[in-house]
Amino acid sequence: MATDIIIHDEKDNVGVVVIEKITPKQDCSCWVMENDKTVNIQSADEIPLGHKIAMTDLNKGDTIIKYGHDIGKVVKSIKKGEHVHVHNVKTKKW
Amino acid sequence: MEIPKSFLGYKRENGRAGTRNHVIILPVDDISNACAEAVANNIKGTIALPHSYGRLQFGADLELHFKTMIGTAKNPNVAAAIIIGIEPKWTKRIVDEVAKTGKPVEGFSIEGAGDIETIMKASKKAQEFSIWASEKQREECPISDLWISVKCGESDTTSGLASNPTVGNLMDKLEPLGVHLCFGETSELTGAETVCEKRGKSPEAQEKFKKTWNDYNDFILKEATDDLSESQPTAGNIAGGLTTIEEKAFGNFQKIGSRQFIDVLTPAEEPEKGPGLYFMDTSSAAAECVTLQAAGGFNIHLFPTGQGNIIGNPIEPVIKLTANPLTAVNMSEHIDCDVSKILSREMNLSQAGDELIKTTLRVANGRLTCAEALGHKEFVMTKLYRSA
Repeated sequence: MATDIIIHDEKDNVGVVVIEKITPKQDCSCWVMENDKTVNIQSADEIPLGHKIAMTDLNKGDTIIKYGHDIGKVVKSIKKGEHVHVHNVKTKKW
Repeated sequence: MEIPKSFLGYKRENGRAGTRNHVIILPVDDISNACAEAVANNIKGTIALPHSYGRLQFGADLELHFKTMIGTAKNPNVAAAIIIGIEPKWTKRIVDEVAKTGKPVEGFSIEGAGDIETIMKASKKAQEFSIWASEKQREECPISDLWISVKCGESDTTSGLASNPTVGNLMDKLEPLGVHLCFGETSELTGAETVCEKRGKSPEAQEKFKKTWNDYNDFILKEATDDLSESQPTAGNIAGGLTTIEEKAFGNFQKIGSRQFIDVLTPAEEPEKGPGLYFMDTSSAAAECVTLQAAGGFNIHLFPTGQGNIIGNPIEPVIKLTANPLTAVNMSEHIDCDVSKILSREMNLSQAGDELIKTTLRVANGRLTCAEALGHKEFVMTKLYRSA
């Protein structure tokens, strides 16, 4: 089955779009690399290749997990299926 | 795939092997560039390596300049070297160190003679070196003669997903065969620094890494006017979907596969602890990083890119790979190895690693990289602070 989204690690709360783009309300197939499982999600936004989608609802202050590691904090709450990027996530480093 | 045990390289006087056979015309300082370029223009089969520094530097900054100059000329991809500087003393310092490898090297200084006389004398010597080097033949060399450096650039999320893990897969397969490996990019490990530190093979290596990263971070905190959000991640990274430096760092870190590093090198330092993986303290700017790694003696470079970095180096062939299907098509003249089929699950990581090994060996045997064919020769000194 074609993969629309790849998730590195089972613990990750975001996935990466690997087709040219996904459109709102698109039913997407997600491949979890770590355990070779497939999960599904419906997108809420248009999200281009390489950009991230929220796999769960996320509140302000929550930690984004990718590669099984902390990659930053949520600064504006995000709903499952929404685009995750610089408008709602910031580094914890500087 | 059974990995070939050898490649066709140029055996050097000091026991190392080159993947290239360059005769370089190396200016010691910025004001000697014109002379060096004139010599390279006169004599076919030579290349000039112009750069911007070498005057009134002092302390650690000057020492790094010398280390970069000397290491570049010592690199086994260089068959012979002409060194041209304004003053005899600094020129001689480089010549004397390079001569220890046993390769032909000669220095010329411009002061008191002028450009034209220096160009004439240096051209005569360069012609002799070029003709001599042209008779060198490629011979079978063990794969352990490969010293492979890695650095990624214009990264996006496809780098962390696929092209960087492809490099990691190659490292996992080639390290047991006795190759030297090197990764760098101190700043781009920010966010993954504690995870990276634990990859040190010994407590000494871990401690050295920790100190190197902390020194870098202290420097950033001291020099930064606000933060690094404007330059790390870069605009290109953000366009490609990378949101934070931590995300970039964990993607970057995939390049070393499951390897452990045996030592931490200072910029341009040659490894001395035998085969295996080394971390070198470098800038994350592509040309600066590769220039330092080449000066450390590495003879072939792997460069994963997402959005499409185009860098090359004058003496170390730079192999580009990408997993971004748009970059693979839109910038195909820059991509030596396309691993974008990983994203569509038509190729797995191990198959991608095998493809990259095949490409690496073809380039080691003499196949031009895209960057070489396009004439990319970025040679960039790392400057630690301003000159006196």
